[in-house]
Amino acid sequence: MFGFGNEYEGLAFWLPLIWSGLIAVAVAMYVIVDGFDLGVGILFKAAYSENWRDRMMFSVAPIWDGNETWLILGGGGLFAVFHIAYAVLMPALYVPIILMLIALIFRGVAFEFRFKSERSKFLWDNAFFFGSLLATFFQGMVLGAFVQGFSTDGRQFTGGTFDFLTPFSVVTGLSLICGYGLLGSTWCVMKTTGELEIWARRMAVRFLIATIIAMAVVSVWVPFLGRQIEARWFSWPNMAFLAPIPLITIYTAYRLFRDLEEGRHYRPFFLAIGLFLLGYLGLGVSLFPYNVPPNLTIWDTANTVNSQLFALVGFAIVLPITFAYTAYAYYVFRGKVADEIQGGGYGYH
Amino acid sequence: MELDALMLSRIQFAFTISFHIIFPAFTIGLASWLAALEFNWLRTGNPLYRNLFRFWVKIFAVSFGLGVVSGIVMSYQFGTNWSRFSEYTGNVLGPVIAYEVITAFFLEAAFLGIMLFGWEKVGDRLHFFATCMVALGTLISAFWILSANSWMQTPDGYAIENGKAVPVDWFRIVFNPSFPLRYAHMVMGCYITTAFAVAGMSAWMLLRHPHDAPEAKLAASRRSMSMALWFAAIFVPVQIVIGDLHGLAVLKHQPTKLAAIEGNWERMSNMPLRLFAVPDEEAETNRYEIGIPKIGSWVLTHAYDGVVPGLKEVPREDRPPVWPVFFSFRIMVGLGFAMLGIGLWSLYLRWKGTLFTNRTFLTATMLMTPSGFGAVLFGWFTAEIGRQPYVVYGLLRTADAVSPVAAGAVTASLITFLVVYAFVFGFGSYYLAKLLRRGPDPVEDIRGDDIGKKPKRPLSVPDEGIEGRPGHRAQPAE
Repeated sequence: MFGFGNEYEGLAFWLPLIWSGLIAVAVAMYVIVDGFDLGVGILFKAAYSENWRDRMMFSVAPIWDGNETWLILGGGGLFAVFHIAYAVLMPALYVPIILMLIALIFRGVAFEFRFKSERSKFLWDNAFFFGSLLATFFQGMVLGAFVQGFSTDGRQFTGGTFDFLTPFSVVTGLSLICGYGLLGSTWCVMKTTGELEIWARRMAVRFLIATIIAMAVVSVWVPFLGRQIEARWFSWPNMAFLAPIPLITIYTAYRLFRDLEEGRHYRPFFLAIGLFLLGYLGLGVSLFPYNVPPNLTIWDTANTVNSQLFALVGFAIVLPITFAYTAYAYYVFRGKVADEIQGGGYGYH
Repeated sequence: MELDALMLSRIQFAFTISFHIIFPAFTIGLASWLAALEFNWLRTGNPLYRNLFRFWVKIFAVSFGLGVVSGIVMSYQFGTNWSRFSEYTGNVLGPVIAYEVITAFFLEAAFLGIMLFGWEKVGDRLHFFATCMVALGTLISAFWILSANSWMQTPDGYAIENGKAVPVDWFRIVFNPSFPLRYAHMVMGCYITTAFAVAGMSAWMLLRHPHDAPEAKLAASRRSMSMALWFAAIFVPVQIVIGDLHGLAVLKHQPTKLAAIEGNWERMSNMPLRLFAVPDEEAETNRYEIGIPKIGSWVLTHAYDGVVPGLKEVPREDRPPVWPVFFSFRIMVGLGFAMLGIGLWSLYLRWKGTLFTNRTFLTATMLMTPSGFGAVLFGWFTAEIGRQPYVVYGLLRTADAVSPVAAGAVTASLITFLVVYAFVFGFGSYYLAKLLRRGPDPVEDIRGDDIGKKPKRPLSVPDEGIEGRPGHRAQPAE
């Protein structure tokens, strides 16, 4: 019962494509939603007062858990349909992934513990800040290591523990801090009022400038990591199709800067997301169809057709529902956070 | 024992999963407990239920948070430390795990926010719906993860192609032979764990006040203890029956595990029920054995002359380590019968009318607070160690499942996890203890203005700081 045949040759080609699209969406969702709440953590230490920190934390407290679930979907989804990629990537990225998880533990418990502490509050302020900062940094290193590729032999990782650690991955780590900082500060512009909002605006401009510099550095660096990537960007007619990506990116950044100056509340956040998606698209173009660069493609690492189909049936039914109630949860907590968080925590309303 | 990447990864996995399972075991039960409290509050308008909800939801939030962060670690460890396991089973278990994420984790996470922070924004009915969805999410999550783990115990519906498991029949994979009973056993175990935690903590709060203290101070704790003990009295016997049926299934599908559980070396009929023994793996025999003749066979096969398999039937290298399995199982069963005792005692005291005043009983109930956690942990030790030396029973050895990672990297990560979990768990326990010391709000505070009518400000978790000034509470936020 419920077995799907493996005889459909065409599916063996199309399913990995569909699945890489779905996982790309899941990862993009993760980067956006956990990006802004990690970004709020990155800004945390610089906030001027206890009240500011309360409000910033409260703006993400009801939704952070759902945001982090996309990270589980990223790992779980890779295991689900590209289990060979999962089996090669995870040991190769052992150190940065474990460190990212540890950092996420600290910032995750900070949500609960901080609101329940008085004397030990500083501890969880720090846990939230350093946890968010380091989780972002190691995520960026994972990204950098991914882009620069892995040494593999067949379907085994053959490199060393610290292969991930290169100047390039350090730069991508720092870049992601800038990017998440931008998402976090534009989120604060959208969700807060008064002096905190003005301050968040100022921070957003700084992070925007840093993000632009980071994107420029990475964009110049990436094509020279491997010949395939260089050929993809700088050959005709690809160049004509791909030229709009950097051009739209430049325009988006300019628009975002203007919006922050003009005092808009919502659009900066969405433009920051747009900036992220453009960068993401650029990386996607550079790497496709490899999910263990530079040797293994999505077809090399995919599950059997039967396995992919079973997962796809579930995703097709459940994912729209998931999107709907996740959107509803966001809708419930729409609007600006109150100026005063009473009772030192999240029971004010 | 050589401390190579394999052994270190096993220690790390055992440690992180044991730490993790404590929280789901508690929150699966607590979520349903909260739904029951909120249902009663909406049905009766009795503020006592509201205060209880407000109190237990804080405990829930802390436990759930710890469960989430320790759970994310699990979903990556399959790859970081057990990549050959992932490669071998990915075609089968990958989709099962993915189903857990999309059907359960998102449901829990989205509605958790509304449950903790959204009461005033969404109104009573939707809030109750959110609480129910969180509870449902915990049960769905347990469904998939138990299915995946049960497939590792009793694999079915697969074929082996190119040295890897590939799916053939998804129904037989998800509903593999050991799954239905193990799911029932685990969910019931979680509910009972919560029942004893709630009863024990309530008993502690009652013990802290003299029994002639004002009714308002005691009412909420009395009610929660009473509800929890009703649950225990009814469902601990049910759990014992499920456990017995599960034993029959283990006998059928995992005879070697069963032999280790029983400390049975020779295949035999009329096996004694071994209450105590020290299994000696070198000599392949038990020392200091104390048993009741024939009862062992009867318990396992429901016949006195039933035949029970022995460890010697398989070569040494295919046997699990005997003594951890043997003792873990006995500790679990012992705790189960202690719980049964508390349940029966509570019925007797109810009949006598001294349930809330018998201090010996209250002290015993308080001491039983962690009993469910112990039973769940030792039950899992039995299940997981009993499956050794295989990670997928009969198919893949644990030694063949480990990642190509350096022992040094695993040593470092293991030490980091030990330190970080000790730190986080320490503070978590400290804040839970603070919450418990405060207890639910006395009922008289609110009775005056909103008994019998819809409260203007229902219970969206007023969660004030709990350190510092004793007796300080946030004022009702009018």
